Parts: sequence; structure tokens; C-alpha cells
Amino acid sequence: MRFIFKTDYAQDLRLAKHGGHLFWYGLLGLLLLAAPWWSSEYVMSQLHFICIYSIVGFGLMILTGFTGQVSLGHAAFLAVGAYTEALMQAAGVPFAISISCAAIFSAIAGIVIGLPALRLKGIYLAIATLAFGVVVEEIITRWTKLTGGNEGKHLKPVEILGWKLESDAEFYYLCLALTVLCCLACINLLRSPTGRAFVAIRDSEISASCMGVNLAKYKTMAFAISAALTGVGGALYAHKLAFISPEQFTLFQSIELLTIVILGGIGFLHGAVLGAAFIIVLPQLISIGKGWLPEGMAPSGLQAVVFGLILILFIIFEPLGLYGRWLKVRTYFELFPFYRKGMFRRQKSYMKSERLR
Amino acid sequence: MSFFKVENLGIRFGGVVAVDKVGFEVKRGECYTIIGPNGAGKTTIFNLIGQIYPATSGKLFFLDKELNNLAPHQVAALGIARTFQNIELFEHATVLQNLLIGRHRHRKTALWQELLYTPSVRTAELAQREAVEKVIDFLELAKVRDSLVAGLPYGVRKVVELGRALATEPKLLLLDEPSSGLNPEETDDMAFWIEDIKRHLGVTVLMVEHDMNLVSRVSDRVLALNLGTVIAEGTPAEVQAHPAVIEAYLGKAA
Amino acid sequence: MLLAGVAQGCVYALVALGFVLIYKATETVNFAQGDLMMLGGFFALTASVTLQWPYWATILFAVAAMAVVGMLAERLILRPVLGQPAFTVVMITIGLGYVVRGVVTMVPGWGTETYQIATPFVDDVWNLGGVVLPVQQLMVIGMTAALCAVLYVFFRFSTLGVAMQATSQNQLAAYYMGIPVRRVNMMIWGLSAGVAAFAGILLAPVTFVHSNMGFIGLKAFPAAVVGGFGSVPGAIVGGLIIGVVEALAGFYLPEGFKDVAAYIVVLVVLLVWPSGIFGETGRKKV
Repeated sequence: MRFIFKTDYAQDLRLAKHGGHLFWYGLLGLLLLAAPWWSSEYVMSQLHFICIYSIVGFGLMILTGFTGQVSLGHAAFLAVGAYTEALMQAAGVPFAISISCAAIFSAIAGIVIGLPALRLKGIYLAIATLAFGVVVEEIITRWTKLTGGNEGKHLKPVEILGWKLESDAEFYYLCLALTVLCCLACINLLRSPTGRAFVAIRDSEISASCMGVNLAKYKTMAFAISAALTGVGGALYAHKLAFISPEQFTLFQSIELLTIVILGGIGFLHGAVLGAAFIIVLPQLISIGKGWLPEGMAPSGLQAVVFGLILILFIIFEPLGLYGRWLKVRTYFELFPFYRKGMFRRQKSYMKSERLR
Repeated sequence: MSFFKVENLGIRFGGVVAVDKVGFEVKRGECYTIIGPNGAGKTTIFNLIGQIYPATSGKLFFLDKELNNLAPHQVAALGIARTFQNIELFEHATVLQNLLIGRHRHRKTALWQELLYTPSVRTAELAQREAVEKVIDFLELAKVRDSLVAGLPYGVRKVVELGRALATEPKLLLLDEPSSGLNPEETDDMAFWIEDIKRHLGVTVLMVEHDMNLVSRVSDRVLALNLGTVIAEGTPAEVQAHPAVIEAYLGKAA
Repeated sequence: MLLAGVAQGCVYALVALGFVLIYKATETVNFAQGDLMMLGGFFALTASVTLQWPYWATILFAVAAMAVVGMLAERLILRPVLGQPAFTVVMITIGLGYVVRGVVTMVPGWGTETYQIATPFVDDVWNLGGVVLPVQQLMVIGMTAALCAVLYVFFRFSTLGVAMQATSQNQLAAYYMGIPVRRVNMMIWGLSAGVAAFAGILLAPVTFVHSNMGFIGLKAFPAAVVGGFGSVPGAIVGGLIIGVVEALAGFYLPEGFKDVAAYIVVLVVLLVWPSGIFGETGRKKV
């Protein structure tokens, strides 16, 4: 068992709470840095996606996991980021600026939906964001002069200060660097007054405002930050696929993003990464499973069934997500043999009307 | 300059008049209690002070500043803090985080600084922590500092609510039924704390309370309400002996 | 054309009615409602084509079969998450929708093809004072109206209906009053799924039966919101409004607006009038 003996307040503020943290994260860091050497081309490609979806996951986690605002239209921000990047690159804007613009324009989109949505809660917010997502998708499809509509847009490889990132490894380092930066930004946000304000809004809006939290300002800020992060992810996504079209930013994409956050574990930043990894790996496992289907069953439905089933099973049996499961396993070993079965059990709650919240 | 004044306050919800022409004044440094049977409009008055919903008539003044069109967070920024009758803590956060949110109005860092975790953010955070630790010491919450609120017993949660309100360093503290649900020992502790808050921390206390012992013990003046209107005002002893008050609680003699 | 809008609106209204029923009882939003509608359509298809039953029998079969599916869904999937926040439950219904869609695609004989159900009156028309009215659409409107009347009576006057309203407002109190909350929830889901099946059958002649039929169900959300979430008459009125707005948008506005008309309407309504036409605003009492 590890006992952390605290001797000053600064210890609680530190990123690495104890030596073990430093060691394991350091090891992970080394592993990731060395990835181009130990991974195959296929695994490298998956790592690209994991990084990209992690960044988007961070964004959505901040909004839904930490501020409690449901967003069923997050693909819209992904789209804004992707198309901004595509258009700016075509116009010859340097990468550093274009990706910043992707973040900024997405943030603006976030404010566009966030401001009017201030009064909305729960299901109303979900439907409003859903409608927003659908409308944005339609705008992208119809505004052919700007976006090329259904024909989509092609992208060239990223070019930073004249250096073309053409190989997988180079793009990987870019993605990894951005992921780490976004992660650090989110961690910093969460250990600051703003992050606490977000959590306060999630748990009790009325008392948050009575404690001096300006609800309008912070909710909009949450939307903006979340959208900005998603926009950055979108820009990288556009480069990864080298081709974007409206079909990639549908409601299903939004639902997939939400699934990342739920499967990973709502309320934990690690959850975004774990969820992203899971979502990327899942289709591979499903294709393997397709071979085992009996005759007559169309394999195309299997993806949907497995996806839905996993979502349902996780919500019923593992509400804290993958990270929650990891926490339980780790606590078991940390407290061995004193781990009690009910340690993480949620109290039985009766449904109280959320119409009055 | 008056410290806190309520003039002609009234609110109706549809056809129901919850508060009608209520006026009183709280002097700096005193403990002023509002009593009354259930449904008298006491918590409604607190909600009106905190601008959770706007009054339909009347005005509120704090340090001669009108509160009427402010948002709740602006009221908090002026130095008014409150606790809630049915505890409104942040359930999925630790006690420490709850108290730190109470420090929100004292934050000095901007978003960009927080994202980058500049040294000024670190210094500010340490300062907030020190301030919160003072409250923790005062209320003896050290043992539960890192526990999630969701798992704490009711009595401890009430104390955490009080702590959160104190962490804002208020000038005026609104306590909504601080002793409800507490056993006699805990009520005793609460009485001592309220006295300390008044005398040592220099905070003015405006309280809604049912427990007459507690009221007599800590209050300087009492206001009695019934059905939204004022029926008596004075020292605890005066109010408790007032015929209208007795009638409101016990009914008329046959 | 207006009539087509109203008829389409009736279908939205029915799907929205299904949601609102579940929402009223359990405060859950069922994102799988559209997919349940689709499954109902497939059950009707099987009864009609494979088993060669008459139209009325297929309706009964589909409704009954879906009622069972609904109750099973509640028992297996919703009950374990009883009491958890609304967002969690919404996600679980989304998962349910995926499973239903996937299973339908995988069942041999159903798959991803598009099918047609033999419906009486499909090509009949009435001539009413010079206006040509397709009987099909009149049937849709008529059957919807009949169903609404039945449900109104049910909720207002039957014990079960009142019990359902009680559980939606305060579950714990409902338990105390002796209402078998879990069984009531199960029955609400059965009822709602049955209504969805009804909608599916009414929709079948228009969109034909295929596994993506349920997407129309998404438009029922705007319908429920416009009418006021939690209000049964609201769902109907909302559905009709959305149906008519869509028809008008398809006619007067450039291409593409028809699809998003419903969503634009809902955004506007949410911004201006969140509680909808018949909805109630609630505020937490602190």
C-alpha cells in the first residue's frame, strides 16, 4: 500500500502525485516516442487516429464530463475545424496559423450554439445540439462554393515552415505533440478556478451561481474551449484522411464521439484516451468476428449490433467506463488484501424529476 | 449608511402571494433571525435576496447598493453568501474542492494563464488553499478534507455547506435552517460556530431558524413571519412572548 | 400537398407520442423510438408477406409483437439503470437503437432490402368538392385521431394511466403509494412500442419498409419539443406542425431545406419558447 505523506499544499497541485506516477507515465512517454520503431505501418496509422480522437475526446469530456452539458452535435465542430484547415491550406496559409484558425473558428461555432443554449438543460440541450449538428452538416453540403459540397475537399500533407510532413512517423510526432499539449492544457484547466467552476455547474447550477460563478460566462466558455479542442482534432483528422466530405460529419459521428467519452469514463481525462483507443480497435475486432457468423446473416449489421451492445453493457455494468475499471483494478492491488467489494458502488438512487434542476 | 435593508418586499407566484410587504433592517455585526411557521416565506426571502428569482415589488439594499436587478453571481460578488435548506453541495467533488469553489469570487487569474499554468496561477492557488484551510480548521473538517461529498453523513454535509459559504469571506452570511436535521450535540457546535462567526470573524449573520433554543442563544434580534407578512420584531424574548406569534404557532385560544 | 404534410405529420406525431409516453412515465428520452417503429414495420411485413394475413391482423400482430419487445427492452436494459441521470439513459437508448438496426439487418429474410407491404386504399382517392384527397392519407389521419382518443381516455380515467403519471413526477413517492413502479414502467414501454409499431405500419406505404426507416423518427424529436415535451396533446400538435412545415418548405424553399426544416424549427422554438406549446416550465425549489 502506498501512503502519500503530504507536507505542503504545493504537493496537491503537482501533476505527478508521487514517484510511481512519474515512473509509469515516463515509461509510457518513452514507449510512445519510440513508436515509429516498434510499430508496423498499420499500428502507426491507428496511433494517428487514437491521437486525433483523444484530442476530440478531451474537448467533449470537458463539455459533457466536466461541465455536464450534453452535446449531440459535436461532429459539427469537428467539421468546422476540418474544413477551415482544408480551405486555409488551399489558400496557402501556413500550418501554424491555419490550425489556430481551425481552433478559433470552431470556438466561435461553439459560442454560436452555446450562447442561445444557456437556458437549456438536459434533454432540451441534447436536442438543440443535435439540431445544430444536423443543420451544420446540411450547410456544408449545400454551400458548394465554399466547401465543394458532396464532392468534398482534398488536402495536401502538412507543411510546417517549409518542411513537408510526408511520412507517417513525422505526422505521428505532430499528432502526439498536439495531443500532449491539449492534455496538459486540460489538466491545467481542471486544477484551476475555471475548471472548478465547470464542475460546480455540472453538479448544481443554482449553488454555483450563488457562490459567484457567472453561469452564462462559464457555460459559454466551456462550449468554446470544447469546440476549439475538437476543431484542432478536426484539422488533424482532415490531414489524416487527406479528403473530407459532409458524410464524415453526420449524427453518427457525433454519437461515436459521445461513445468515446462514455466508454472511456465520464469525468476522467484518461477516459478520453482510453475511449479513443477502444473505438479505434473495435472495428478490427468486429471484422474478425464477422468470420464466425452463421450462413445467411448479413455481416453488415454486426458492427451496429456490437457497437450498441457494448454501449449498453458498459452503461449497465461499468458506468465509470474503462478508466473506472482500471481504477478498481489498481485500487485492488494497492489495497491488497483490504479491498472491499462495495468500494466503488454507486448509491441506489431514485429517479428525481430532472425537469426541476 | 445602512448595512442591509429590505423595503416592502413582495413576490407572488401566479395567484399565491408568498411574501407581502416585508421590511426589516439588519445592523452590521449582529445576528438577525427570521422565524415563522412552515410556508411563511422565509426561504423565499432568502431566494429573493440572492436574486434567484426577482421580486414583484419592493427593494433590497446592501451597503446602500440596490440588489434588485443583479444576477446571483453578482450578489455573491458583493459579499453575500448563503447556505441552502436542502443541501446544495457539489456531490461529485471533494470537500476541499467544494470549499475552493467558495473562493471563486476571489480569483485573480485569467483563462490563458490557467491554461498555461503560469507561476502566478500557482501562487494564487496556494493562497486560495491557505484561505480554505483556515475555514477547515475553524470548522474542524480536516478529517474529511479529501472525501467525496456524496459519501458523507448529513451532519457533516451541513457543516461543509457552512464552510463553503464562509470560504467566500462574506460580509453578510445567510443561513437557511442551520440546525435542521442535526442532533443536539451538532446543534450545540453550530451555535458556538455562529457566535464565533459573529464575534471573531466579524460576519453579520441573517438566519432562518425553527429551533427556538438556538434562536434565543445566538440571535440579537428576531423577525417573525406568518403567511408572508411580518407579525412581530424585537429581541428573542419579546418576539416569543408576542401574542400574534403565539397565535401563529399555536392557534387562537378557543 | 397540405394533406400530405398533415399525414406525414401524423406519423411524426405518433412517434413523438411514443417518446412522450415514456418521458411522462420515466423521464427517459427514448432515442430508439424510430428504430422500434422500423422493427414494427418489419413485423407487419412478416405477417403480411410471409404469413399472408389480412391487413387488420398484421396491424394487431405488429403492435402486439412490439409491445412485447418494448417490455423486454425495459426489463433487460432500462431497469438496471433506473435512477441514473438522464444522459446515461439517453445513451443506452441510442445503443438500443443500434442493436435493433443491426439485428434487423442481420436477420435472414430481412436484411438491407426494401420491402413493400400490401396496404388497402393505397391508390384510392376521394373526390371532395373538386379537391383530390388520397384515401391513404385520410386513413393515416383518422387512425391517429382514433388512437389519441383512446390514449386520452386511458390516461385520464384509468388507474394505470394515473399511476403512470405519478411515477413520472416523483418515483419515490409513487413507490410509497404502492404503485408497482417497475411494472408500470415496463407497461409504458410496451405501450409506447406498440404505438411505434402503429406508426411504422402507417408509414410503410410512404417510405416502404427498410432498415433505415427509423431515421424519420429523429424528426419526431423536434415534434415533441415544439409541442412541449411531456405533453401528449403537445406531441400530436407538434408532429402536425412539423409535418406541415416540412411540406411547405419542400414546396416553397430551395432544395435541401426540406430536410433541415424540422431542425431549424426546433432550434428557433428552443431559443424562444423552450417549454413548447403545451409544456410546463419547472424550477428547482431551493
